[in-house]
Amino acid sequence: MSNSKTIKVDYLARVEGEGALFIKIKDNELTDCKLKIFEPPRFFEAFLRGRPFTEAPDITARICGICPIAYIMSSIHAMERILGIHVGGQLRELRRLIYCGEWIESHVLHVFMLHAPDFLGYQDAIQLAGDKPELVKMALRLKKAGNEIVRLLGGREIHPINNKIGGFYKVPEKADFASLLEELKWAKEASIEAVKVANSLECPDFDQDYEFVALHHPDEYPFNEGRLISNTGLDIDIMDYEDHFEEIHVEHSNALQSVHKGHGNYFVGPLARYNLNYNQLSDLTKQVAVDIGYDRQVTNPFQSIVVRSLETVYAIDEAIRIIENYEKPKKHALDYEIKPGIGWGCTEAPRGILYHRYDIDEKGTIKTAKIVPPTAQNQSRIEEDLSNFIPKYMDLSDENLTWKCEQAVRNYDPCISCATHFLKLNIERE
Amino acid sequence: MGNNRPKLAVWKFASCDGCQLSLLDCEDELLAVAEAVQIAYFPEATREVVEGPYDVSFVEGSVTTPHDEERIREIREISGIVITLGACATSGGIQALRNFADVQEFTNIVYANPQYIDTLDKSHPISDYIKVDFELRGCPIDKYQLLEVVISLLAGKRPNIPTHSVCMDCKLKMNTCVLVAGNEPCLGPVTQAGCGALCPSYNRGCYGCFGPQDSANTDSMTEVWRHLGVADETILQAFRGFNGFLEPFKGASERLE
Repeated sequence: MSNSKTIKVDYLARVEGEGALFIKIKDNELTDCKLKIFEPPRFFEAFLRGRPFTEAPDITARICGICPIAYIMSSIHAMERILGIHVGGQLRELRRLIYCGEWIESHVLHVFMLHAPDFLGYQDAIQLAGDKPELVKMALRLKKAGNEIVRLLGGREIHPINNKIGGFYKVPEKADFASLLEELKWAKEASIEAVKVANSLECPDFDQDYEFVALHHPDEYPFNEGRLISNTGLDIDIMDYEDHFEEIHVEHSNALQSVHKGHGNYFVGPLARYNLNYNQLSDLTKQVAVDIGYDRQVTNPFQSIVVRSLETVYAIDEAIRIIENYEKPKKHALDYEIKPGIGWGCTEAPRGILYHRYDIDEKGTIKTAKIVPPTAQNQSRIEEDLSNFIPKYMDLSDENLTWKCEQAVRNYDPCISCATHFLKLNIERE
Repeated sequence: MGNNRPKLAVWKFASCDGCQLSLLDCEDELLAVAEAVQIAYFPEATREVVEGPYDVSFVEGSVTTPHDEERIREIREISGIVITLGACATSGGIQALRNFADVQEFTNIVYANPQYIDTLDKSHPISDYIKVDFELRGCPIDKYQLLEVVISLLAGKRPNIPTHSVCMDCKLKMNTCVLVAGNEPCLGPVTQAGCGALCPSYNRGCYGCFGPQDSANTDSMTEVWRHLGVADETILQAFRGFNGFLEPFKGASERLE
């Protein structure tokens, strides 16, 4: 009897966007493994050409409803680099604060609504809520606290409207934060509990040898600014990104796959940030990490759920710090004069680095745009994880193997809407 | 409600996922909604797939591929009520900017191997293909309007979604007019309400997320912007935004070409 067969799942759930996985097994050997992105292309880089530079934040936010702040901020930083302005002081702190909000809402959504059900054997968080209502209610309240930061500073949770080149349209009064600050103090304790819950989940043994790539800033855990570094010695200004990384268009995907030239695939996102920036975490976050034995390099992607939870503690702690030290700035935005040039922006979206490059003319019209989202960068690495994972678990039933593969993909919190500038799951055994 | 719970499906076409995320963003109401309706198909939130037909389908996104042209017709056949969520589904969305350009050129710009890409010349609203029972506007939709739709479905009534302009909401909030007092170009007079007059409340002009209001006088809007000294090309691009392929915004931008 042949040990070869076909397993098919048509649409990977609990990820953002449309993608599929194609896995072929012949005589118990994995012969093919492709992550397919069938999310239709939307051509952002094409229709940005000819639009005013001031529109890039609002337009690119529409690439992703889950991480609009990342798009808004990467584009703003690119434009500000062209204009030669640098936003500091309280305006810079407010930018970190709204980014904290996006990390909290996105991380908690992924950890509890999208990923934890895999570890606990539920189809979704609603079913999980049937058995563990208090856990899901806590997660929803935590998520809401993150969204409340984005809403207060940005006007609304999805596609916020208040960030602009130079700063903000309107800055809040100190008193506006009063009730949010109280909620964040609850959220800080709840997020520490959430780390303990995440750490109690059973992870497969699956440590891998990765090249981690993330922003690094000497004084702070990275959101908006820093040099791009890796654990293999990369250390560059983001303006040199395209000298070191390239995108490849493969037939099975509507997203472009990124590689580190001369090195191959690489890993962006919470694990990369954490491993490269542990020293920059807050004292509280480090203490929570030490308590669970996470003051180390984390190289098992299934443990990303714990790291995402630790980053949530950090984002809440950082948000509280910013709010407690907040003083309303005199100006809501810096003035500038339009000038032509090329600018680069790279910020840490919840799922990893998001790179933008723009070329604008003397009137401020966008001539060219290039956008490299985190999931496009992780795409090739996800395929390699699966290629390494499947042979170890070949004995599982088709149903269980399929689910485990889905879980392995979700380790990356892939955002397929973003990557198409990705998941139907097919396991084929012959 | 037991077995009488309506079966809900949530479908995605070309979009950013933000409108369906609005359902998960109803943190205080999500578990109650999940008790009142049976979430039968919602891949962003669950692996479980309950076979159709469905009492209600929420559709997010625009139709941009030959495959999706077929898929939306199939969804209509297995759905009692079809409700579209947001600007992409209602107007073609921001990706409908291709409708004013050459899509082949766009493909060549973004992709090294355009032959791998299967796409339509235009980004189409859902109503180009099927009868839509209700369209919820916005880029993104407002989650409270979404809850009003869910509650109305359960109550068997038409959703109470105002169709007046952003201007009216601004007056109700007693905002100082950013256009009259601040000389800020603002689409509030011609844009449907629903956001809570958000941008003017943050001292910026409305940029039309909720699309054209019923009786929008776009030519008069053009004249007002010209009086502010805004160049025709900029006015054209303002109409040609997140709902640019929906009349009368479409016509207004074409008259400025």
